[in-house]
Amino acid sequence: MRALCSQWPALAFFALLAVVGLVIDPFWQSLLTLVFFYAFMGMTWNLMMTAGLLSLGHALFLGLGAYSTAVLSQTYGWNPWLAIAAGAILSSIIGVVITWIGVRFSVKGVHFALLTIAFAELTRVIFDNWELVGGTGGYFLKAINPDTNRPLESLRGGTLYFYLAFLAITVAGYAIVTILMNSRWGYRWRALHEDEEAARALGVPALRSKIFVVAISAGLAGIGGGVMAMMQGSLFPDSIMGLRLSIEVLIAPIIGGLGSLFGPVVGAFFVVPLMEASNVLGQSTGLFGLNTLIYGVVILLVITFLPEGIWPRVVRLLRPRERK
Amino acid sequence: MPEAMLAVRNLTKAFRGLIAVKDVSFEVRQGEILAVIGPNGAGKTTCFNLIAGALKPTSGEILFKGERISGRMPEDIADRGVIRTFQIVRPMRGMTVLENAMIGAFCRTPNVSDASDIAISSLARFGLRPKAEMSAASLTLPDRKMLELARAVSAQPKLLLLDEVMAGLRPSEGDQIVAAIKDLHASGVTVLLIEHVMRVVMALAQRVVVLHHGEKIAEGTPTEVGNDRAVIESYLGKRAKLA
Repeated sequence: MRALCSQWPALAFFALLAVVGLVIDPFWQSLLTLVFFYAFMGMTWNLMMTAGLLSLGHALFLGLGAYSTAVLSQTYGWNPWLAIAAGAILSSIIGVVITWIGVRFSVKGVHFALLTIAFAELTRVIFDNWELVGGTGGYFLKAINPDTNRPLESLRGGTLYFYLAFLAITVAGYAIVTILMNSRWGYRWRALHEDEEAARALGVPALRSKIFVVAISAGLAGIGGGVMAMMQGSLFPDSIMGLRLSIEVLIAPIIGGLGSLFGPVVGAFFVVPLMEASNVLGQSTGLFGLNTLIYGVVILLVITFLPEGIWPRVVRLLRPRERK
Repeated sequence: MPEAMLAVRNLTKAFRGLIAVKDVSFEVRQGEILAVIGPNGAGKTTCFNLIAGALKPTSGEILFKGERISGRMPEDIADRGVIRTFQIVRPMRGMTVLENAMIGAFCRTPNVSDASDIAISSLARFGLRPKAEMSAASLTLPDRKMLELARAVSAQPKLLLLDEVMAGLRPSEGDQIVAAIKDLHASGVTVLLIEHVMRVVMALAQRVVVLHHGEKIAEGTPTEVGNDRAVIESYLGKRAKLA
């Protein structure tokens, strides 16, 4: 709890955003909603990274959460809260299975990353061919009636609702990650990342620590996917479970600052507007692919000149005399 | 007769064709300092890796306080109180000195502030208290050696395995470590050390085990071993004189 109190500037920032959301117009609301989504997903990805586990298949956890939430609440009529919880648990379990396989067969580093891709792609192909969830044709949620809809029951609503919903999970995620990183598990994860053999020699339980971090990371990602499913109203395996999304979620934390608490948030505030702006620019000039080019070049520049990420550099500028 | 804390029985480790440790047996008694010496490639570090669980023996067994630990995970063995250091020190470079020392403490307490207290007192023991907030990467080699020890001590070992802690140090720095090890031993920690520097072995060890080509060729007090014909021929050299 004390760790959380020391994070008051971040929490104040989030509180400010909640107020801001009430006064800005829907365009900015949806833009910031996307920022929160990437900030949240980036945090979950970054959490695994602190333990040295590179996930290149994070869309798997997101997609499982999204499909579980949608299918359970729509096809089977579950309470949406329960459906999201079920999705989170399912993502968590799959994450644990992948981690167990990784540790059991000593699949480490980039090879572990390949394992996550393999699972994500395998699952995507299964969903592509699974009738119940709509296959490649997609799964569509029923339209809601705005007059009778109660957002806290249906977990669906308008732009402002999703703005607040994604802000809420971002704040909750931030709090959870902060508390965990300041607990003994946070120290253990960092130690495993630094030097697994030395950490184990000091009694750090490698398997348990890794399973725990992935269970949390995947579970949270599943929740993010669940909220996303409710917002999008339609799900396609390729877009909600695809490799592209897996890569997109890791750009914000890398740009913002790997391993730092606030880094993914900063990164998302940088990356999402950049993505939107380059889209607009690309469309207005009519040059096909210009958006990706701009996006790519800016990312390249940031990584070249701020290899540790934006946030750690800002922190150092704010406290220039701090000894490292 | 003091109880055997660690019993190594007929330990053998083969890497494909190469037999690194061959049918080695010895015991570490509760409360003693036992040194394992031998020329390079004698199998000392392999022996350590087997005890600490980093490697699994080809045959033979290792008992700690009567319980079989061979084949267990390194973290399980550490949890039981057998803590090793590495010959090439391995600080967690991205963490502070204090955080490094806290890692060991977490196998004794789940509480962060308790772990921090344990870590601070073991840093103080090795003169690292003023450097607690520094990044471990910024330490000098002697300080890194001290951190390696402090980190192990934070895990509150019953049996401490020290792999050539003096390597690469100047004699004066070595003396500091010898004093620290004596101090630890006085507080009740049993020590098993691998050492090349005979002066250190003579100063610290109550008993010595000599390995050569993976086999135990002698065992006894430092003086007995120093006068042993086989040891002199294979390791110390014919003209060696021990202090």
